[in-house]
Amino acid sequence: MRLSALDQLLSRRQILQSSKMGLGAAALGALLPQNARAQTVVPKAKHVIFLFMAGAPSQVDLFDYKPELEKQFKQPLPESISNGQRVTAMTRGKEQLVVPTMFKFNQAGESGIWVSELLPHLAKQADRLCMIKSFHTNAINHDPAKTYLCTGSELPGKASMGAWLSYGLGAINRDLPDFIVLNSAFWTGGTRNVQGLYSRLWGSGFLPSKHQGVKFQTNGDPVLFLSNPDGVDANVRRRMLDITGSLNQKHLQEIGDSEIATTIAQQEMAFRMQSSVPELTDLSGESEKVMEQYGPEVHKNGSFARNCLLARRMIERGVRFIQLFHRGWDHHSILPTQLRGQAYDVDQPSAALIEDLAARGLLDDTLIVFAGEFGRTVYGQGKLARDDYGRDHHPRCFSGWLAGGGIRGGMSYGVTDDFSYNVVDQPVAIRDLHATLLHQLGVDHNELSFPFQGLDQRLTGVEPAKVIREILT
Amino acid sequence: MISHLGLILMLGHTAFAEEQMVQFNRDIRPILADRCFHCHGPDEADREADLRLDRFDDRTAEVLGVSDKDKSELINRIVSTDADVMMPPPDSHKKKLNSDEVELIRRWIHQGGAYEAYWAFTKVERPELPKVEHEAWSENPIDRFVVRKQEAAGLSPSAKADRRTLIRRLALDLTGLPPTREAIEQFLADDSSDAYEKVVNQYLESPQYGEHMARYWLDVVRFADTNGIHHDHYRDLTPYRTWVIESFNRNLPYDEFVRDQIAGDLVDNPSTDQLTASGFNRLHMIIDRGTMLPEESLARNVIDRVTAVGTAFMGLTVGCAVCHDHKYDPITSKEFYQLYAFFNNLDATPETGGRSGTDFERGLQPPYINLPSVEQQASLDAVEMRRVSIQAELKSLKDWLAANPATPERAKETEGDSAKEVVASDDPESQRQAEERRKRESEIAERSNQVKSLEAELKQQNAARDQLLREIPAAMVMKERTERRPSHVMIRGAYDNLGEEVQRDTPAFLPPMDVDGVASRLDFARWLISRDQPLTARVTVNRFWQQLFGVGLVKTSEDLGAQGEWPSHPDLLNYLAAEFMDSGWDVKALIKQMVMSNTYQQHSEAAPESFQRDPENRWLTRGSRYRLDAEVIRDQMLAVSGLLKHSIGGKSVKPPQPDGLWQSVALPSSFPNRFVADEGDKIYRRSVYTFWKRGLPPPQMTIFNAPAREECVARRERTNTPLQALLLMNERQAMDAARSLAVKLTAENDTDPLIVLYETVTGHLPDDSELASLQQALTDFENYYSKNPELAKQLIKPEGDIAVSRLAAWTMLVNAVLNLDIAKTRS
Repeated sequence: MRLSALDQLLSRRQILQSSKMGLGAAALGALLPQNARAQTVVPKAKHVIFLFMAGAPSQVDLFDYKPELEKQFKQPLPESISNGQRVTAMTRGKEQLVVPTMFKFNQAGESGIWVSELLPHLAKQADRLCMIKSFHTNAINHDPAKTYLCTGSELPGKASMGAWLSYGLGAINRDLPDFIVLNSAFWTGGTRNVQGLYSRLWGSGFLPSKHQGVKFQTNGDPVLFLSNPDGVDANVRRRMLDITGSLNQKHLQEIGDSEIATTIAQQEMAFRMQSSVPELTDLSGESEKVMEQYGPEVHKNGSFARNCLLARRMIERGVRFIQLFHRGWDHHSILPTQLRGQAYDVDQPSAALIEDLAARGLLDDTLIVFAGEFGRTVYGQGKLARDDYGRDHHPRCFSGWLAGGGIRGGMSYGVTDDFSYNVVDQPVAIRDLHATLLHQLGVDHNELSFPFQGLDQRLTGVEPAKVIREILT
Repeated sequence: MISHLGLILMLGHTAFAEEQMVQFNRDIRPILADRCFHCHGPDEADREADLRLDRFDDRTAEVLGVSDKDKSELINRIVSTDADVMMPPPDSHKKKLNSDEVELIRRWIHQGGAYEAYWAFTKVERPELPKVEHEAWSENPIDRFVVRKQEAAGLSPSAKADRRTLIRRLALDLTGLPPTREAIEQFLADDSSDAYEKVVNQYLESPQYGEHMARYWLDVVRFADTNGIHHDHYRDLTPYRTWVIESFNRNLPYDEFVRDQIAGDLVDNPSTDQLTASGFNRLHMIIDRGTMLPEESLARNVIDRVTAVGTAFMGLTVGCAVCHDHKYDPITSKEFYQLYAFFNNLDATPETGGRSGTDFERGLQPPYINLPSVEQQASLDAVEMRRVSIQAELKSLKDWLAANPATPERAKETEGDSAKEVVASDDPESQRQAEERRKRESEIAERSNQVKSLEAELKQQNAARDQLLREIPAAMVMKERTERRPSHVMIRGAYDNLGEEVQRDTPAFLPPMDVDGVASRLDFARWLISRDQPLTARVTVNRFWQQLFGVGLVKTSEDLGAQGEWPSHPDLLNYLAAEFMDSGWDVKALIKQMVMSNTYQQHSEAAPESFQRDPENRWLTRGSRYRLDAEVIRDQMLAVSGLLKHSIGGKSVKPPQPDGLWQSVALPSSFPNRFVADEGDKIYRRSVYTFWKRGLPPPQMTIFNAPAREECVARRERTNTPLQALLLMNERQAMDAARSLAVKLTAENDTDPLIVLYETVTGHLPDDSELASLQQALTDFENYYSKNPELAKQLIKPEGDIAVSRLAAWTMLVNAVLNLDIAKTRS
């Protein structure tokens, strides 16, 4: 069969797919330019930093200001509002009594967006934030809801956001992975509400696994098995790769399988990563001013603050998609105490990240998203005091924000009812967030697909998704 | 789109010219399935214009224009550029048909537009063996089918591989381990005509065969050591794994292998093995109590169970029909819930229990059976006997104490003055009474003390029993509830939105199940393995083929349905399926027939163009060459270095992994939440025994494409990444292997250790240029380490008289050879 005949019958995408399971992917892949697969819209941004607040922060106490609730303390939530909503096993069959937030809200910036007093640094960035009040999702439990936000499906097995972008857009640097995951190892609010994570949240699902997120480790090698063992220095490693490489080269000539060429190339990439990754994670070149900007926690390995600073360095080095996981938001009880700690963890660093990227002219190219997997109920759980309460899971509405990357700052989008319980205007489904995110990177969510189990799989799933045009610049 | 590769294969070279007739199943169905079935297929809810293209009826005839071939509406629609007319419509986001595809459809209609029943759903008939030119090459029927196809395309097979390649291929394919140098030597020296067959038999009989075969199966059934959801607690299913390994080793007929997994608990007088096998139904992910609603958890478990049966035994994506009628295969949503009804009757809670107790520590959830050894049973019996006797003694003591309360006088005593009166009295009667009272009091005291000490001992015995139980393996099993749970269609898959009630039944497009009254799970299992069932055998032989040739005859081995790929060699697949069933589902015989074929024994060197034209070797014109799986790569390193420790079965083990991985994802309250590596021999066991935490599986495995075991995986992908290169260069056990082999090589005095190294790892001898390169590298390493002795000592502990710089140099040379592409590749 001649290659030209192949070309006629197969689109480029099909060639890559047909070879993905086997040999020669590199040979065929080498015929194709990078970034050719899915860019169909003019991109506004090149990178994404997704700040995932795992455990679900309370929109009632942070973003969705409802002053009228003050009068509703311990009043039952009207049935016209709850309207048969499923609840978790924890609060099933219990009375639903409203607990207003104990925290003050202030108007911030010229735009006058309402922000909780727990987020003073973010408030200063208000004019760069697009506050979304009308996210909604389906699941009422962490695991499926997180999987949904990260992969567009509640069930495991689908590809995550970063994997889709890596697959669709290809690499923009040659020394680091396209998709890096960082998670925090410290929580000022304590470990009581720290939920589990699963590698599927940054997995490649049905996509080739080279697109999966590379999770950086807090301790030891940032990338698994990066460092040479004791007794092997860079000279020894170089010599070892030379002998391995020269024999591989000889075998390539003899056997004819181009997969051997791929092995050689990947071994050389591994060698480059042995310098590029330590250079990336070495903060000694950062000025004191910058370190101060991210706050005192930045000095701790594994803090959210340090991860924010690392994210900025990754953007500078051309990493496409960076996802930060900060856990600990699952405040079923003693919410006020714990939320204070959590807010402290993320407030200054995420504000600094915006400011720092802007100062370096990188914010326009970088879309930042801040969101949890769902919201929390306006009715209380646990002790119901003015200053001591908890809240259960709530999928019908929750808040988050976007910044940079062609997103309008200083605006709020979406309206919830007086109880922050239902979306009443401008709803944003998870698939709409995904569609918007892809759009900003120049990808039409309907076009980016992959055939698996008889379906053209998409990040946005089978239900129609929409780009939220009102929030774009 | 995957299906198009099949199309290309058929169209390539002169095959197209020779096979002028367009075949619906091969050429047309894949196109229609991909572009049209979504709206014109089996799903009634989405059907547009009352038109079905997945099967033929009057409406189809009209649209095709079978009677008036020049007025085909179908052709008009697929060539149209008018957005209101064109198909697929623009808003479907489906790709327009290209000119070749349109041409195929045009020719098909001109030839009469004949439909065929879908190939995989028709009964397996044994095809006639084709006539071929390469007669001498084709004694084995497999070869006849393969070469027939090649001949039609003007291709020809490659010559037989050399013996070194063959024995390494066989050893890796049948046991997952490389051949020893001794085995290679023996094979090379054996000039009898059945030398190759002897090697085949030897590997098929090796206990490592079962471990290797089991490993593929464990992916298919998503075997793991944790729950996989929320807390991701420990869950022990290892007796099931041991059963799988032993079943392959003793060549359990595959029909029984299937039956016992689905319904081993329902056969008459089930054996321990059959009960253990039924643990297949317990392998799904499961949430722990307290967050999800139990009714939702139940539905999720059962859906997962049925989906697994679909993938593992039927090769169908039945899970698509959870929410709606299947878009491509004729499975309705109702039929999915009819299958669901077979599997929704487990006598257990749908969530795992609390966070304490022996069941929790043992990773068990009832129903389960304990599987003690003879010694453990004896200890358990002894403890149990003692517990029973203590309990009996306690009962009689307590009964006595209840019947003999302290005397009324004694009661008075405690009341003050009147008591003194009694004590003061000194008449004989009073003294006798006082005496009796004292005696009685002392008896009460004595018995009370006995109670105390027995209760203490009972506590100890309970603890001893729990301790014993913790050591005793137990198998979670399937068990029916007495009262059958009703099943309903769940509308759009929502557990809380129930539709009509349904009864247990099999899908209508497959042969009917022959049962009077209510069918049982066992009836379903028997239906799956009946000779008329078209899927089970095809799915199975295809997966074994994939295992030995890198790609299945149907590439989409998880899906033989309409969206799966058309088989590259349909007749061969049918032949193997028929042969497999008629042999009594004899797995070893099937595997043997495959590896005895000339097709299997071809050499894998070829011109680069051959790799480019047919990267996956679908034409089978050479020996397949592909990267080894994660487990084989690790096991091979341990084997060649002499570190590997063999023992069959048992609990999962934890070889070292980098610190902090579990902590970075686990809930602080999950059990276990920290990884603690095992020590001693355990860490050198084969990878099939490695502990699998679903939330974060061992990176040594996942970096090389092992799945997370959250869902059924019938084929792994094979990528080639820098993270893999780093792992092979730096991972702790990879370095342990390098050190261990280096020590052996420096002690080698018969043969040139460079040759021993190369042969041990690759199965081949180095040629002069390779030998020279290795020698040069060794010298360079040794010079460098001589100048940097501290560095050498960091790499390896001095051993005997050998200079540490020499040991270090050898260690790095072994490391270099272990990193060769040919070392991690099967050719």
